[in-house]
Amino acid sequence: MGNHAIAAGAIRAGVGVVTGYPGTPSSEILETVVKRNPGDIYAEWSVNEKVALEVAAGAAYAGVRSMVTMKQVGLNVASDPLMSLAYIGVKGGMVVVVADDPGPISSQTEQDTRTFAGYAKLPVLDPVSPEEAFEMIQDAFELSERLGMPVLFRPTTRVCHGYAPIEVGERTHEPGAGAFEKGSRWVIFPRLSYVNHKAIEERLPVLAAELSSYRFNTVEEVRGGALEHDPVRAVTCGIATGGVSYAYAREALSMLGADCRILKVGTPHPFPVDLAERFLRGLDEVLVLEELDPVIERELLMVAAERRIPVTVLGKRSGHTERAGESTVESVAAATAALLGVDAPVVPTCSSAPQPLARPPVLCAGCPHRASFYAVKRAMRGKKAVFSGDIGCYTLGNAAPLEMVDTCLCMGAGVTIAQGLERAEPGVTHFAFIGDSTFFHTGIPGVVNAVYNGTDIVLVVLDNSTTAMTGHQTHPGLGRTAQGEVAERIAIASVLEALGVSHVETCDPLRLEEAEAAVKRAVEAGGVSAVIFESPCIAVTAPGPMHAIDQDLCTDCQVCIQRLGCPAIMRAGGVVSIDTSLCYGCSICAQVCPTGAIGVAR
Amino acid sequence: MNDSPAAVLDRAVHDLIFCGVGGQGIVLASKIVAATALAAGCPVKTAETIGMAQRGGSVTSHVRIGRAAHAPLVPLGSASAIIAFEPAEAVRCLPYLAPGRGAVVVSRRAVPPVTAALTRSEYDGSEMLGYLRECGERVIVVDGDVVCATCGSPKVLNTALLGAAAEAGVLGFSTDEIEATIRCTLPERFVEMNVQALALGAGYTRGDSE
Repeated sequence: MGNHAIAAGAIRAGVGVVTGYPGTPSSEILETVVKRNPGDIYAEWSVNEKVALEVAAGAAYAGVRSMVTMKQVGLNVASDPLMSLAYIGVKGGMVVVVADDPGPISSQTEQDTRTFAGYAKLPVLDPVSPEEAFEMIQDAFELSERLGMPVLFRPTTRVCHGYAPIEVGERTHEPGAGAFEKGSRWVIFPRLSYVNHKAIEERLPVLAAELSSYRFNTVEEVRGGALEHDPVRAVTCGIATGGVSYAYAREALSMLGADCRILKVGTPHPFPVDLAERFLRGLDEVLVLEELDPVIERELLMVAAERRIPVTVLGKRSGHTERAGESTVESVAAATAALLGVDAPVVPTCSSAPQPLARPPVLCAGCPHRASFYAVKRAMRGKKAVFSGDIGCYTLGNAAPLEMVDTCLCMGAGVTIAQGLERAEPGVTHFAFIGDSTFFHTGIPGVVNAVYNGTDIVLVVLDNSTTAMTGHQTHPGLGRTAQGEVAERIAIASVLEALGVSHVETCDPLRLEEAEAAVKRAVEAGGVSAVIFESPCIAVTAPGPMHAIDQDLCTDCQVCIQRLGCPAIMRAGGVVSIDTSLCYGCSICAQVCPTGAIGVAR
Repeated sequence: MNDSPAAVLDRAVHDLIFCGVGGQGIVLASKIVAATALAAGCPVKTAETIGMAQRGGSVTSHVRIGRAAHAPLVPLGSASAIIAFEPAEAVRCLPYLAPGRGAVVVSRRAVPPVTAALTRSEYDGSEMLGYLRECGERVIVVDGDVVCATCGSPKVLNTALLGAAAEAGVLGFSTDEIEATIRCTLPERFVEMNVQALALGAGYTRGDSE
């Protein structure tokens, strides 16, 4: 997996401190560091990306090579320290790995970390494949240490989650103990910021010139669909690309058997302008193939304008490629065929095929969130309420039949959006659902705000004892660390009580009646009140007894199906049944069945 | 045939699509094939498309064998085999199949999405299997329930499908090669049941399992 390759490359490059917050598609990088740790690397799941970046920066201040991992939206949380760190710089090589998610496949935004790098004035490396990611991450440490500034490393989902074989080899650099040298350079003041800003602006063009000969920035010639080193035939069309789009472009050219010049950009910022000029000279038309922002496209337009190269640059700005979403071989082949004036490859169509039903992701059978949502729904039946949600598996509570997530914005926003809604519409009960890991990530300041400013909201903490969505990482509420050591367990109930939440009650959502009563008491309490629903994720706990439907008692009323939407309950041939391969024994269907037809399977 | 499979794969790309529902063992099946390819000295790329949830959503795993494969995802119309753990998912992924040059290996058992029960529409997979049989491509239907019951584990559907695809000659590897990978990668207590499932799966292709 690309993420394994990134971890292996970082270990080989002598990384000493690795921090991060889980987020698809980045999570396996830190997990792999933990798994393959030779014993001299410190790795932690930090409480959020800002904290993670700062811990990694501290280590790099002392001269230790450090790495911090996150997904693209995590960089928003970490942007405060990152922007300043660009000015302050580091001593040990520090790589900020930010995984982008074109599509998006599992994210809130399609933001482009290459654009962020330009804004933060930091170098960014953009690997094509897992193999290249392994090499490039090692270069990133060298580059960071040489420049004395953090370097961004930006794989996308297809690189992170693609698999390819690599040879790891011996370490080239050993992590050692750091030594922090005191000095004024570590304290950011306006005067220092001015001086450092100027230095950065002077350094970037020099670096851009150097990067024109970087091994992963290349100009290649393709003839008849394959690479050719000294081609005889000249071409007038080129493709400029980077990241996984390069792989799609090569595939498309090979399918079309076409002639073309390719610029592959491994460092979108600072842009290798001299190499770009060599690429552009002699070409009439250039198609830019890149996902998300038109970063390469803008740079090429500037190079062409500044160096007076008469060339037409086609891409997102000209409407020749899509501005949003992920590229595919087919979309790239169609755009390439249009550029070259040849027919696009024929894509088979099955117009007569029956339309399979949509299969959206759902809360698992036995998921305790289903019970929590249903308990709140029942408690609020007939009453006006708004349910603010947050980021995690429980965002899926939005789907029918639960329909219990009315808002979802970003990590930690459920508890704060609810406060704004309450100010605007005080007569309604405002709920905020938040998961345990999200509570620690950015939930706590929102609760402080609610208590301090005297808001009236009901906080529902969905504590499933894990960070489920991203693959079950640890968090401060669990009593163990990323490296498997015992840690102080921070109890969410104690935190809420300490913050002055008026009413805090913990209960098991799988006992529906008790859970419903607890919600009603919290609503009655007024002010900032909280219910903590404690029940572990099915992935981290043993199943309960399988349930079955007694067909003699079942009246086919389908209450279980229509209220809960559990994937284990199905109806075929007029008979409702429970799929024993999916049932996890949560028993809530038995608790809602009006005829007592559901019970433990005999 | 003079060329070794490795030499053939060096020139051509052998694409495979594995599809089904999260939790069915799709990714493991693609990893077994990838490990077999590596053992035979063939470069291999795999990629998974998994949605948000841990379970229950559509899952597709792309396997590309051969040095000439650039993109991480299989292009439409180029897969030698669609190895489908569920009839509707087979239909969903059918556009990946190389027309007239491959086969669809599909598990008979339908997995109804929650949306089916909620909209009170019944789905049993028969319409999907009917379409597959009529679509003009080679289709091999494996009765996963029978295989799993015979082998005593609900987790062997993936190896049964691999057995059927290998026997049909569309996997790029023989059942013996897949068996060798199973023997050296799976925990010992699971090896025999998976080897048995592999053989039973192959039987569906030959027509002697029903």
